[in-house]
Amino acid sequence: MRVAAVLRSTLAIVLLVLVMKPHWFAWAFAPFAPEGGPVIYERATLWSLAVSHLALVVLASAAATLVAVTMAILVTRPAGRAFLPLSRTITNMGQTFPPVAVLALAVPALGFGAGPTLVALFLYGLLPIFENAITGLTTLPSATMEAARGIGMSRWQRLLRVELPLAFPIILTGIRLSVVIALGTATIGSTVAASTLGEVIIAGLLTNNTAFVLQGGLLVGLFAVLIYDSLLQLEQYLGRQTGRPAAG
Amino acid sequence: MIEIDQVSRHYDGIAVVDSVSMSVDTGTITAIVGTSGSGKTTLLRMINRLVDPTAGEIRINGEATSSVPKTVLRRRIGYAIQSHGLFPHYTVAQNIGTVPALLGWSKSHIRERVDELLQLFSMEPAHFRDRYPAELSGGQQQRVGVARALASRPDLLLMDEPFGALDPIIRARAQEDLRRIQRKLGSTILLVTHDMEEAIQLGDQVAVMHEGRLLQHGSPARIIRQPATEFVADMVGGVERPLRLLSLYPVSDLVEPGMADGEALEANTSLRDALSICLWTGRDSVPVAREGVLLGRVTVDAIKARARGQ
Repeated sequence: MRVAAVLRSTLAIVLLVLVMKPHWFAWAFAPFAPEGGPVIYERATLWSLAVSHLALVVLASAAATLVAVTMAILVTRPAGRAFLPLSRTITNMGQTFPPVAVLALAVPALGFGAGPTLVALFLYGLLPIFENAITGLTTLPSATMEAARGIGMSRWQRLLRVELPLAFPIILTGIRLSVVIALGTATIGSTVAASTLGEVIIAGLLTNNTAFVLQGGLLVGLFAVLIYDSLLQLEQYLGRQTGRPAAG
Repeated sequence: MIEIDQVSRHYDGIAVVDSVSMSVDTGTITAIVGTSGSGKTTLLRMINRLVDPTAGEIRINGEATSSVPKTVLRRRIGYAIQSHGLFPHYTVAQNIGTVPALLGWSKSHIRERVDELLQLFSMEPAHFRDRYPAELSGGQQQRVGVARALASRPDLLLMDEPFGALDPIIRARAQEDLRRIQRKLGSTILLVTHDMEEAIQLGDQVAVMHEGRLLQHGSPARIIRQPATEFVADMVGGVERPLRLLSLYPVSDLVEPGMADGEALEANTSLRDALSICLWTGRDSVPVAREGVLLGRVTVDAIKARARGQ
């Protein structure tokens, strides 16, 4: 436990310094930079790229969560059950469609910039959240649901006070998977001029500057590991509270 | 008073409950006994409208259940089930306070009621109030389940195999607790069980169901002495019937003046236990006392006579 805590805070500090004061690490990246070329990416500050990268991920994941959970709630009600296969097909298509293809198709409609990236991340993120929400809402302990009905909770009260809280750790697992996928996928948004950490990687690839590729990749990787870890902690905490331990 | 009037429930044209009528007096325990598939649980679930009757009417204190909105009706009726169905994400206090909270009681009023109920079920409030169900033993979870059902002082308490998941020793204690609490609160209880022993021990009235029909409804003694059908006779245990009958009466019923050897029995010991003690110790009579004061004795002959139904 202690080792994990030390590791966690070390990674967080490394990430913070890398974002705020990348020059402190110039010595580490220098061997990978082309001779005489720049070592640290400077066309935009790394922290501003990190912020807009995270903002894109948060925005897309929040929208995906809202839509996926709402859909899951609707298709697990008695009246909506008939729509379960249809909604599964839709979210599956969102997942099968490669984000690059979504970007290519969305640019003519939305122009260059953040728009197409948001759409791609949103569609790509729907499936894990939707599937987990369905699992969470359909595997509720039957005695608890029977009791909730029997003591006089209305449908609405059952949903808000019992079903969603009990399904929440499982839904959160879906959100975690979705967020981590989005963190990685957002980098390709920079191919259509969204400002993300992908910009650093792409610049590195175009100018044969491995130091740039490493900076961009390392930042995205560290964000993914730390966010994954903190959501996992939250899930386990909530799982203990609800007596439904989340799957690791 | 609960009146069940010609109530039926059909599934795909098959009657699971077939025009059952009975009435339950306020302040009594009625045990509905039957094998699985007898329709006993369906009958119970029709009372709080978890299942809607296909035909017939149920009235609680003269008011038809169909005239009250479902959630309002259910909040007036306590409901306890076999696997307790506690909310795993609520503390003990939140679980017990669920219905009062739905009814809009004030926080302090709910808290007071929760502590009162925990005390009633011999669970120290300060120790248990803030625990989660997963931290409790099976017996404690079951007690919290019943406490939750009683929280809003309901007119009626429905219990579906409430002790089914407990081991025999804990079950016996839970049954005693229920008896004690029911006497104290004067609650009306309708309880479903497949265990005739439990029905006889707990029920002021026993209703025997089979294949959707109510075969017999009466006092335990009547059910044992005069079973209405072959099936009821089988249910009350065939050769064990005299012993079941004896288990209904305390020794104080048959006390006669006189002396006997050995240690005295408490007056509320059942005749079955008294007979068992006589057989075990080879005596023909035992002394009976109440709180240390000798009342007299009970003879094996008197017990035998009672067992023959005299």
